[in-house]
Amino acid sequence: MIELEGLTKRYGTKIAVDHLSFQVRPGVVTGFLGPNGAGKSTTMRMMLDLDNPTSGTVRIDGKHYRDLAEPLKYIGALLDAKAMHGGRSAYNNLLCLAQSNRIPASRVGEVLDLVGLTAVAKKKSKGFSLGMGQRLGIASALLGDPEILMFDEPVNGLDPEGIHWIRNLMKALAAEGRTIFVSSHLMSEMALTADHLIVIGQGKLLADTSMADFIQQNSRSFVRMRSPQQERLRDVLHANGFVVVEAGHGALEVDGATTEKLGELAAENGLVLHELSQQRASLEEAFMQMTAAAVEYHAHGTDVHGGAAAPGPQWGPTSEGA
Amino acid sequence: MTAPAHHHAPAPHAYVSPIPVRAAHLGDALASEWTKIRSVRSTVWTLGVMILLMLALGLGVAAIAATSEAEMGEESALAFGFFGMLPASICVITLGVLTIASEYGTGMIRTTLTACPSRARVLTAKAIVFFLLVFSVTTVLATLVAVAQVALVDTAATPTTAEWLRATVGAGGYLALLGLLSLAVGTLIRHSAGAITVMIGLLLMPLVAALFMFNQTLQSLQKFLFTYAIPSQMISLYSEKPPFGDSGPAGWEPLLIMAAVAAAALGGAYALLNSRDV
Repeated sequence: MIELEGLTKRYGTKIAVDHLSFQVRPGVVTGFLGPNGAGKSTTMRMMLDLDNPTSGTVRIDGKHYRDLAEPLKYIGALLDAKAMHGGRSAYNNLLCLAQSNRIPASRVGEVLDLVGLTAVAKKKSKGFSLGMGQRLGIASALLGDPEILMFDEPVNGLDPEGIHWIRNLMKALAAEGRTIFVSSHLMSEMALTADHLIVIGQGKLLADTSMADFIQQNSRSFVRMRSPQQERLRDVLHANGFVVVEAGHGALEVDGATTEKLGELAAENGLVLHELSQQRASLEEAFMQMTAAAVEYHAHGTDVHGGAAAPGPQWGPTSEGA
Repeated sequence: MTAPAHHHAPAPHAYVSPIPVRAAHLGDALASEWTKIRSVRSTVWTLGVMILLMLALGLGVAAIAATSEAEMGEESALAFGFFGMLPASICVITLGVLTIASEYGTGMIRTTLTACPSRARVLTAKAIVFFLLVFSVTTVLATLVAVAQVALVDTAATPTTAEWLRATVGAGGYLALLGLLSLAVGTLIRHSAGAITVMIGLLLMPLVAALFMFNQTLQSLQKFLFTYAIPSQMISLYSEKPPFGDSGPAGWEPLLIMAAVAAAALGGAYALLNSRDV
């Protein structure tokens, strides 16, 4: 369990992280989402006590990071893949970390095996590809077999096979009861891995919600219909009080209806359907809409904090006071 | 892929690492830093070059002195050790700076400090490992060179015990302390090339600047620089009396001065490392 309370980071007059408060719970993958420059990495560095917050606190299982006896056994982090000495072998890079936390040297071999780098264990890490570097970083995060894992943009620059591997790894780790906190700027990636979602923009919390709720609230759901008898279909839908939008290519989009209901309606009226499908607007769109609001809001220069309660287009400066 | 309606209930018991937790201490940090310093090639290169320079110059100068049969008077042959010490100091500076600045260059420092959030412990472990490594290598080497020099040059005076100590343990200690100063400067500057440049400047610039101080008003400054420049102090280490004029350091004093400077710089490094964002 990680708890952030009023976490703020100011660089001169620029606020990188603005009164962030949220919790990261065990047993689930929590996605940390925001556009580039939203303050994700700064937040993660403060969580690891690398950067000092201007104000606010971070607690890991109720303790400050500096008070953890052997932090690698509580928390493992992948900040950036190249955070290793390139002139040192993969094995030695991990060994020096293990020694500083009294982790048995045999564990180094285990994690190298886990990430599939055993064959290149004695090779210098500067010769590693991006994907291998990422795997080495993950191996270092897993070294202490920790309860909490933090990954900053783990899929950046990986090939589909690598992305798939990381996705499954995160899910498996969460299923063991671990706390997984993973940042990304890609909503589509989060939709596939995260159970819970924390969205920030301009350093402010925009949403703290379960993935399911986010999807429900932010993706417009509609039914797409195509029929050779389009005119008659439209009349029937109108007559039954549905709002119909012409979508081009002979398709109609109907809001606020189920496919069952519309299918039955078409059958009752003897209409031929070529398509009847449930559609959702992309989450990426919803995410961009949400963060765009943050940028717009910031530009007006008001000083009210964004609320977490109401994500989506309805989110606005009035939702919560400072 | 993710079923929207599916809610994960948080696990009743959070995962607990099966590796037993015992509080890590300085000893663990020392083991870690020893692995770091022995597993990079820059250590082998800088120390290797240093060994070659000390041997080649120390023995070379002694051999020339022996063949020329110059009259040494009260001087012992140990003073020739200076000729190897000066170039060796450049290697020590480089290694000292790299010990910490390379972590900033590669980003390793974030991993290091995540693993050991006590920054004072990290710096202490680095300083101890580095000091002991450089001190033992340079002391052994200085001893070898000193023995060879005394054996080669038979026209010189027989060295006293104090002279022997200063030429061996003293020379090793001086170089190791200079290296600690470099490590502190590397911590403060966080940039390998920048810190090495600063340290080489500190080593050589005072003498170079003093050479061009022709003006009468600068004479006292010129004298101070000639006396207290690092190479001059290395010469003083081999001398019972101040070698440049009546005042100035002699005997063990250069070592104490370097220890004080290194301690002050390390103090600054601790303070800044503790307060700064990585």
